[in-house]
Amino acid sequence: MKNEMEIIFDAVSDNEGFARVAVAAFIAHLNPTLEEMADVKTAVSEAVTNSIIHGYENLKGYGRAERDWEEVHKGKVRVRCILEKEILRIEVADSGKGIEDVKKAMEPLFTTRPELERSGMGFAFMEAFMDDLEVESAPGKGTVVRMVKKIGTGSWIDCEG
Amino acid sequence: MDFQIIDNCLMIRLPEEIDHHEAGFICETADRYLLREDVRNVVFDFERTRFMDSSGIGIIMGRYRKISCFGGRVYAIHVDRQIERIFKLSGLNKVVEILNMPESLQGMDSVAESY
Ligand SMILES: Nc1ncnc2c1ncn2[C@@H]1O[C@H](COP(=O)(O)OP(=O)(O)OP(=O)(O)O)[C@@H](O)[C@H]1O
Ligand SMILES: [Mg+2]
Repeated sequence: MKNEMEIIFDAVSDNEGFARVAVAAFIAHLNPTLEEMADVKTAVSEAVTNSIIHGYENLKGYGRAERDWEEVHKGKVRVRCILEKEILRIEVADSGKGIEDVKKAMEPLFTTRPELERSGMGFAFMEAFMDDLEVESAPGKGTVVRMVKKIGTGSWIDCEG
Repeated sequence: MDFQIIDNCLMIRLPEEIDHHEAGFICETADRYLLREDVRNVVFDFERTRFMDSSGIGIIMGRYRKISCFGGRVYAIHVDRQIERIFKLSGLNKVVEILNMPESLQGMDSVAESY
């Protein structure tokens, strides 16, 4: 059986929680383990947050302090999920500023925004928590992150190894 | 979210979900407390936390950098399996000590109720 869903939302931090919960609900009927659920939610959260803060540089809503003087980019983030049997494919896309050097951006600890308390671990988490990760980006055009994960295998892959 | 100073420790009771949306508020508030010179160590309490992404790493690393130069230390309590996994993946477990509620911190449970 194939099932597909797509959500498109404003690139503001209020939607980070919404996006990961929507994806979690979409796969809930597969009875994923708690770990699988946490993995998927973390990966979605990383990709969506990257689109908001790096792609569109939308920092309004950062914390709770209202900062009305900050211009909000009208950009949208698109999250698309395709479920084929137990294989989940997630696509997170933005039409923001894009990434100059994707290979470099994906290195653990690499960040262009250390002043925002970013740690450069986002892509490393997506890679660790999903079975497959692909990033396509063009400067000035946007970024698409594609992730794949098999759900319901029940196996716990430890990260220590 | 709750912030409390016990002895020379800043106790931060983290929210249910730690993401970029929550991070700014936690950092800003924590840093206001850290300006007080009687605060030496920071304890992050994950008891209520059910979700954390890389934003949590930034919060903890940032506070670590601020206090470690004065000899302060960072501790984490009530760390569940998923959060511990994130700690290990990011190398955070090298700078943060995960405590399993030892004697010295036992009193905090009762104090925690009141804040
Ligand atoms: N959607 C995007 N648009 C533009 N640049 C991006 C996007 N996603 C990632 N990047 C770039 O790639 C870098 C690495 O991303 P990654 O998620 O690994 O780390 P980070 O976001 O900087 O920190 P963290 O995710 O740990 O908070 C970012 O600093 C940013 O420069
Ligand atoms: Mg990131």
